[in-house]
Amino acid sequence: MLFLAVAEQRDNQLKKTAFEVVCASSKLAGALGGEVVGLVIGGTVADIAPALGGYGAQRTVVVENEKLANYSTTAYAKVIAEVARQLNATHVMLSATAMGKDLAPRVAVRLDAGLAADCTALSVKDGVIVATCPVYAGKALIDVRVNSAVGVYTLRPNVFTAGLSNGTAATVEKMDIALEENDFSVVVKSTTQATGKLDVTEASIIVSGGRGLKGPENFAMIEELAGVLGAAVGASRAVVDAGWRPHDEQVGQTGKTVSPSLYIAVAISGAIQHLAGMSSSKYIVAINKDKDAPIFQVADYGMVGDAFEIVPALTQEFKKLLGK
Amino acid sequence: MKLVVCINHVPDTETKVKVGPDGKSIDTTGVNFVMNPYDEYAVEEALRLKEQHGGDVTAVSLGGDSHKETLRKALAMGVDAATLLNDGSTRDSFSIARALADAVKELSPDVLFFGKQSIDYDNAAIGNMVAELLGWPSIAVVVKLEVADGVVKAEREIEGGHEHVEARLPVVITAQKGGHEPRYPSLKGIMAAKNKPIAEKTPAAASNKVEVLEMRKPPAKSPGKIVGTGVDAVPELVRLLHEEAKVV
Ligand SMILES: Cc1cc2nc3c(=O)[nH]c(=O)nc-3n(C[C@H](O)[C@H](O)[C@H](O)COP(=O)(O)OP(=O)(O)OC[C@H]3O[C@@H](n4cnc5c(N)ncnc54)[C@H](O)[C@@H]3O)c2cc1C
Ligand SMILES: Nc1ncnc2c1ncn2[C@@H]1O[C@H](COP(=O)(O)O)[C@@H](O)[C@H]1O
Repeated sequence: MLFLAVAEQRDNQLKKTAFEVVCASSKLAGALGGEVVGLVIGGTVADIAPALGGYGAQRTVVVENEKLANYSTTAYAKVIAEVARQLNATHVMLSATAMGKDLAPRVAVRLDAGLAADCTALSVKDGVIVATCPVYAGKALIDVRVNSAVGVYTLRPNVFTAGLSNGTAATVEKMDIALEENDFSVVVKSTTQATGKLDVTEASIIVSGGRGLKGPENFAMIEELAGVLGAAVGASRAVVDAGWRPHDEQVGQTGKTVSPSLYIAVAISGAIQHLAGMSSSKYIVAINKDKDAPIFQVADYGMVGDAFEIVPALTQEFKKLLGK
Repeated sequence: MKLVVCINHVPDTETKVKVGPDGKSIDTTGVNFVMNPYDEYAVEEALRLKEQHGGDVTAVSLGGDSHKETLRKALAMGVDAATLLNDGSTRDSFSIARALADAVKELSPDVLFFGKQSIDYDNAAIGNMVAELLGWPSIAVVVKLEVADGVVKAEREIEGGHEHVEARLPVVITAQKGGHEPRYPSLKGIMAAKNKPIAEKTPAAASNKVEVLEMRKPPAKSPGKIVGTGVDAVPELVRLLHEEAKVV
């Protein structure tokens, strides 16, 4: 049994989710008696691979090629599938990030494998892996089993904890995968990244604002609170539809499903579609002037009152606590 | 330009999910089904390409007879033709993708649209699976799209930003909210849709690789406590988050 843990990098830096995937794979490999191999793909990435050792992948494979410096769904999918084949991998593990979700379906087809998408728990029952995946935006959970010889799994970011490195450096094995021109039928020409902007799916704290904030200018106080906490800014659909915030911040059934350790909902009523996207957060704080707002039904800590008073006070209090 | 959109028929977002008697799927009693919201964006982009470049749009859905309702909606929005791959069996995403790929191959579109994700099982997989089965390029989670001279330029959403991606036709596009708002069917469109035929085909039998063992509700979140009212409660909230929840 061999787990191929695909370690995502952007700009030659391993993402936090890469360690999560390696760690989760290593737990399963431990329970089932298998090996974990980390895979890093990119332009020149060999020197970032050893770090995976501290999270449970003693062995890594690196596929480096100048042409792979820019992400290409077709070429990356081929590389993953070819490496999986050469190593006889039985389980291919990826993060359910933009890149992982783009690749996993292609890798599954190439390996004639079943795909368990966006898993939030993985356990072993009677010698097989049972994957738990939220469906209907988290209104229900399903347990699934992959019955094909190879299985592909994507793991929701932020749910599987990576813990701390134990300091072991992994061995690095460079592998050459033949790539032709038509393997690059899709290429990323450029990337625009809001500088320093943390995405809601990757943040461990989210501060979200709703229509009760009355206008886009009032999100300044949400951003300030988020800044102090190192949090991402989220939004309800009402404010996205009103054009106050970009839609990539929308949380909910037709936005992003998030599971941070802390979700602070400010002036959000808690419509069923919004709750679907955030109720699996570990802790929820609701700030709302209406004590009967449905958001309080899922909140661990409720604050009844005017957001325009509470949020600035909260920011000050956190600043004090965190010495900022 | 030949355009095809794959659309799914799903419980609307208001649905309060209950687990059905089989313990593996939802109880559909009283549930209202609609066109998958992301597929509305896909239909809109397809119609816009047709308006710019000429050609025609075909909508394809795999499912039971009830899927005709969603195909009718697509026709009412302005799609030219509709095909139902009539099959009520339980299928995993691979098995749906294979059936769609077979059907689409015959239609040989220049651009093949999907929604980025069905809001039932939230797999976000079928578009890229079909692309791989067909050996085509794909651009997923697209918020902006431009087609000229056999080349598609698109912007796709990633964490905290966008990728600007290029590919040659034929291509698979999966649509994300953020592009054009889907149009409402006009009264004229609704009337016209009533008379348009829906072609029916039988797809190859399902062969699933993923098996659902159990569906359940997530552990109910018990409503927590109201920490207090107004600014006076702020220090207590911060203390609880720091000392009790230990998240800050
Ligand atoms: C197909 C479909 C899909 C949808 N998908 C999503 C989705 O993905 N995500 C999503 O969020 N919504 C979604 N919705 C919309 C959803 O139904 C709600 O309309 C939306 O979430 C409401 O946003 P809101 O809570 O910001 O606004 P409102 O419901 O208007 O709530 C505003 C809240 O602010 C409070 N408030 C007002 N002033 C203050 C103040 N000074 N201080 C404190 N509190 C104050 C009010 O008491 C109220 O509770 C969807 C709807 C449909 C039909
Ligand atoms: N039964 C179906 N019939 C036609 N298209 C489908 C079907 N299921 C899913 N799709 C398409 O595939 C996309 C992604 O679905 P999924 O991978 O299930 O999240 C949807 O947005 C639809 O465009």
